[in-house]
Amino acid sequence: MELATEESKKDLKSIIEALIFASEKPLSIDRIKEILDDADRKEIIHSISLLREEYSDGRGFYLAEVAEGYQFRTRPRYAQYLQKLYKIKSPKFSQPALETLAIIAYRQPLTRAEIEELRGVDAGGVIKNLLDKKLIKIVGKKDVPGRPMIYGTTREFLEAFGLNDLKSLPTLKDLAELGERKEPAQAELAFEVSEKTE
Amino acid sequence: MTYSVKLQSFEGPLDLLLHLIKKNEIDIYDIPIADITKQYLDYIEIMKTLNLDVAGEFLLMAATLLHIKSRMLLPVSEEPEQEEEDPRADLVKQLLEYQSIKEAAFSLDKREILDRDVFVRKAFPEEAEAEELQQGIDLEGVTLFELIEAFKKVIAELPEEAVHEVIGERLSIGDKISVILESLEREDNISFYNLLKGGRSRPEVIVTFLAILELIKLKMIKINQTVACGPIWVYKAVRSDEENTILPSPLAGEGQGEGQHGIGD
Repeated sequence: MELATEESKKDLKSIIEALIFASEKPLSIDRIKEILDDADRKEIIHSISLLREEYSDGRGFYLAEVAEGYQFRTRPRYAQYLQKLYKIKSPKFSQPALETLAIIAYRQPLTRAEIEELRGVDAGGVIKNLLDKKLIKIVGKKDVPGRPMIYGTTREFLEAFGLNDLKSLPTLKDLAELGERKEPAQAELAFEVSEKTE
Repeated sequence: MTYSVKLQSFEGPLDLLLHLIKKNEIDIYDIPIADITKQYLDYIEIMKTLNLDVAGEFLLMAATLLHIKSRMLLPVSEEPEQEEEDPRADLVKQLLEYQSIKEAAFSLDKREILDRDVFVRKAFPEEAEAEELQQGIDLEGVTLFELIEAFKKVIAELPEEAVHEVIGERLSIGDKISVILESLEREDNISFYNLLKGGRSRPEVIVTFLAILELIKLKMIKINQTVACGPIWVYKAVRSDEENTILPSPLAGEGQGEGQHGIGD
């Protein structure tokens, strides 16, 4: 595809917009490139950044970068209405679920026994629940007697928590500093900023 | 003393200890073990009086604390070259790790979570779930765990056998399969609970349960649960006129087929 003219550049942007709109899962640049045959990677990235700018304000949704792809997501401030639309009653993760996910996200891959040692309580039920929700998966078996299963987080985990990849998790050290300040408002602000930089 | 609030909210012994450390504004690297152990045991006592289940983990930690306390009382080694490890070191390490996990969990919860804070275009959740269930054996909304739950319930309700008759009852899954299918000839559907309840003894209930699983595997019956946590219904998967031609009959008498697992000898 020749995309030399301004006209076709505008086209490219609209095509990408259509692809992301119609895709149920975050759409990666690689996939977009594959669909658009020869489109230049740089052009695609440029078009996406233009789109992200366009959707950054004045709309009910924005273009999020998540799980190494792009996806339209509704704005958090309209959550209550969407919860009604989807009839979501208890959208919160339980404390055990969050702690177990945190352990697996930061320490993966690890066994159930290792998770239980860190939390100090049984984790069987929580692990099953997280497996059912596809937030974690069995990534193999540990090479120790009994060959216990080891767990890791999934792509769905990245999608659920709006992370681009595991590297975009805040480091435990940063978190400790954040915890000392004990100001949730600050934490939120920090995420807002990191989301807008790009 | 004001212990009343937040008792249930402790995720585990480490959580409780962290709470005590914060409440008393203690330096985590220099925990006054005797004092903390006492407070910890007080909490456990209260949990017991409130009839809260004190999980084994809480008791294990109590034992660990007492053990550390006793080690602290031992005189320090007289040879200064020999480095004595602080008996609290392991516990402190565990607490610090747990603290960082709590912070990480907190920060995860603060994120814009899908299906809570942000939403994407998709089929409605109900439909999405229905699709998932299409894969594999057709259990129509009933998970194996729910089946086992129901099974456990019946087993728990069985009366204690006061008299023990020693008559070797030969129960085979094959026989039970015919009984279930015969019942399904008479009625369109039977509740899973009643099917199992029909069993007079533990082995019989077990055989019935295995027979149901076998029939599901053979795709001869289907089970269905219309309401979450509601009754589970068992009904025929194949109409009686098609049955004989399509499926090999597993109901053949003694000594045949894989449905023959003798129990009760």
